[in-house]
Amino acid sequence: MRRHLLSAADLDLGDATLILDTAEQIDTALAGREVKKLPTLRGRTVVNLFFEDSTRTRISFELAAKRLSADVINFAAKGSSVSKGESLKDTALTLEAMGADAIVCRHSASGAPHRLAEWVQGSVINAGDGTHEHPTQALLDAYTIRRRLGRLDAVRVTIVGDVLHSRVARSNVVLLDTLGAQVTLVAPPTLLPVGVESWPAEVSYDLDAVLPKADVVMMLRVQQERMNASYFPSVREYSRRYGLDARRMATLPDEAIVMHPGPMNRGMEIAAEVADSVRSTIVEQVSNGLSVRMAVLYLLLGGAHMPDGAVA
Amino acid sequence: MRAAQKPVQPEALSGRTILDSTAIARIIDRIAHEIIERAGDEHLPALTLLGIPTRGGPLAHRLARRIEVFIERPDAGIAIGSVDITLYRDDLRSRGLRPLAPTVIPDGGIDGRHVVLVDDVLYSGRTVRAALDALREVGRPRVVQLAVLVDRGHRELPIRADYVGKNLPTSAREQVRVRLTEIDGTDEVVVL
Amino acid sequence: MTSSPAWLIKGVRPYGEDAVDLLLRDGIIAELGAGLDVAGAEVLDAGGLIAMPGLVDLHTHLREPGREDAETVETGSRAAALGGYTAVHAMANTDPVADTAGVVEQVWRLGREAGLVDVAPVGAVTVGLAGTRLAELGAMADSPARVRVFSDDGVCVADPALMRRALEYVKAFDGVIAQHAEEPRLTQGAQMHEGVLSARLGLAGWPSVAEEAIIARDVLLAAHVGSRLHVCHLSTGGSVDILARAKADGVRVTCEVTPHHLLLTDECVTGYDPLFKVNPPLRTAEDVEALRAGLADGTIDAIATDHAPHAMEDKECEWAMARPGMLGLEQALSVAVQAMVLTGALDWRGLADRMSVRPARIGQLDGHGQPLEIGSPANLVLIDPDVRAVVDAADLASRARNTPYALRELPARVVATFLRGRPTVLDGKAQL
Repeated sequence: MRRHLLSAADLDLGDATLILDTAEQIDTALAGREVKKLPTLRGRTVVNLFFEDSTRTRISFELAAKRLSADVINFAAKGSSVSKGESLKDTALTLEAMGADAIVCRHSASGAPHRLAEWVQGSVINAGDGTHEHPTQALLDAYTIRRRLGRLDAVRVTIVGDVLHSRVARSNVVLLDTLGAQVTLVAPPTLLPVGVESWPAEVSYDLDAVLPKADVVMMLRVQQERMNASYFPSVREYSRRYGLDARRMATLPDEAIVMHPGPMNRGMEIAAEVADSVRSTIVEQVSNGLSVRMAVLYLLLGGAHMPDGAVA
Repeated sequence: MRAAQKPVQPEALSGRTILDSTAIARIIDRIAHEIIERAGDEHLPALTLLGIPTRGGPLAHRLARRIEVFIERPDAGIAIGSVDITLYRDDLRSRGLRPLAPTVIPDGGIDGRHVVLVDDVLYSGRTVRAALDALREVGRPRVVQLAVLVDRGHRELPIRADYVGKNLPTSAREQVRVRLTEIDGTDEVVVL
Repeated sequence: MTSSPAWLIKGVRPYGEDAVDLLLRDGIIAELGAGLDVAGAEVLDAGGLIAMPGLVDLHTHLREPGREDAETVETGSRAAALGGYTAVHAMANTDPVADTAGVVEQVWRLGREAGLVDVAPVGAVTVGLAGTRLAELGAMADSPARVRVFSDDGVCVADPALMRRALEYVKAFDGVIAQHAEEPRLTQGAQMHEGVLSARLGLAGWPSVAEEAIIARDVLLAAHVGSRLHVCHLSTGGSVDILARAKADGVRVTCEVTPHHLLLTDECVTGYDPLFKVNPPLRTAEDVEALRAGLADGTIDAIATDHAPHAMEDKECEWAMARPGMLGLEQALSVAVQAMVLTGALDWRGLADRMSVRPARIGQLDGHGQPLEIGSPANLVLIDPDVRAVVDAADLASRARNTPYALRELPARVVATFLRGRPTVLDGKAQL
């Protein structure tokens, strides 16, 4: 594995499997324990550098680092020197000088973690950059699928919604393909990127046609700002054509599961009774996120620093 | 950063063979007897064998099977598990990254149990210390003992084994390689 | 100027053809022939070097006034001379904008003071580049700067009615509108070429059609009102097709392409390094091929640098926050040689046509782009075609460092540049 986790494309099958296996071992090691803390990263410093609000992702990384006994610094751009005009580079150099072993970066600009990685010695973990990627979300989704269905190879995953702007979709398409799953994207044509035909995924505009052949349905959040930008005529029409309600859920195969990266727009892309059904993995995804992020932190920080790509 | 490759066909090691399969079997038998004796009728039912991955695992299973034979209760169901100590190591920074191995705590946990940690080689003692740290988070056994196939000396911590298969004076430059059929396709201990 | 000594250039190959001697005296090419021997003249042994008329850039951002931390007329002039240029057109998007006679005159005067190249200011089409009201185009044309090229470059004159009026109005003084073709509604928030790569990188796309739609519209407008139109920095194969059709139909339209669009592709964006952020964006390899072909067959008239210096902090940041633009003056010739001459698409005479003759004609700079013959103004560049060198950003004369060619090996080097018989560059070094 490389020094950084910037994109799901950084992971080959071996790396991705190792992360999922490690998450599973951590889960087993901590199962039923009252004290869910490991001394593994004692003395290491993990900085959560969040230029964009995301309480759930930040808390997940924070808890993951703390459970591995790392020192955690939360550096939110709001109210910090960043909001006073400090550049990303200066922030990076400051964190570097403080001895950050890992920087978990969330940013509204695609590629910001890539830039950061050029300026620091420590590991950079992309916790969501613009409309680019969110690799740990894809890892936790893959982990959730594997736990529920027992496999990833040849699993049919349908991703529904705003693929154009979704970093979750991008990371999932790449990672699921690496892991051998078959991905189908379902969206109105306005919310699919130009060039989507080159992605390792099928594309459909018809949710009803796809659902009976899906082992996993992953619903994407529709951002508020898309609703008034003519990507689709109205919320009602979107919901009717691309929302997952109880009637549609009933057309899924028996074992199929329903996923959502959260936060959900209940009644928009997903109906409340679907979100709360036994098929829904939405709560598990949160706890699995913790295990997967512990695994990523361990694998990036647990060994001696090695040149990129070195095999230990 | 890849999981250790497990060779299917054992290749011959060019070293000094210290123990062959017969000798290893004899040692397992002896340690099994010693564990029974030391635990006594009172604590034998509370016996839990915890292997330290990788090769402590098969050793713990072999010991359990022999103990069941010797006490003439093949269905005694001695509790067996494993404790992976990787996340408790204090030398992660100086060594390469290691993949994790399973930690399996038998049903009922380890509180009040007569726990025997099982490992292949006792060397600096740091692995055992890490295992003790790991156990502390899991529960509070009545007693914790240590069984090893080989004690090669060079301790860096005040730790000793309760059951030793073979004391093997070595130089720090030498490598002690333990191979077990379950993992390596053959049983032997070789000094390289 | 008349007081400067005569220069005898020995053994140079005009346009890469047969070697001759050139005598530069009194600002013109005074003699041309074999075995010239002139007493008192400085002698430059130019064996192996190629001579071309001094290069003319239709599209330079000198940043002064307003962003002197990125470039000044003087530093930009030096970069231009080192790149083999004898004239540059200074774009209007300064601060204040060059939308009055006062600003263009100031830039023109700063150029004269620097004395390294002729600086021809471009006037803004609309006040403040705001796209709502025509600037005083006539006043700029009548000023000592004699502005003939007008452009809101950086932004598109998007309003079709306003564009029509501008095209019509400049006919009075034979001006030309140079359009930055970018349909603004199709490029809101755009960060890179829209295609497979923008989708993967999660960067908002700048579709080719946003350029082509404006070019098509403007070509039709220019034909309708019978005006001259110049299209800045063509970047797509589709644009070349539209221009070819328009020229075949007799529309009075000219266009330019940048060196970077002849060499670099959107693949450069993969690492999110804003050095490769530029507007219009780097396109695909197919576009590069089409642009080279269009330049070779004459559909595209000129190579223009779109030299866009930026301060470090405007590039050492997140991609989306970075300003678009890249340096061009000092590497333009090398890039053109790499993309056009070494590929066999253009010979040296063809290169001289696209980098000097036609740009001078479009910009109406009478003293430039003249053939290398007796009586022509002594504006010329001497090139060593055989060296290859790795570009080092630290070596640039430009005040800025945002070259996309750093660490790239490029062919050909400017050895000397003469402006009206006086060397501005000798042995690869600026003389002022």
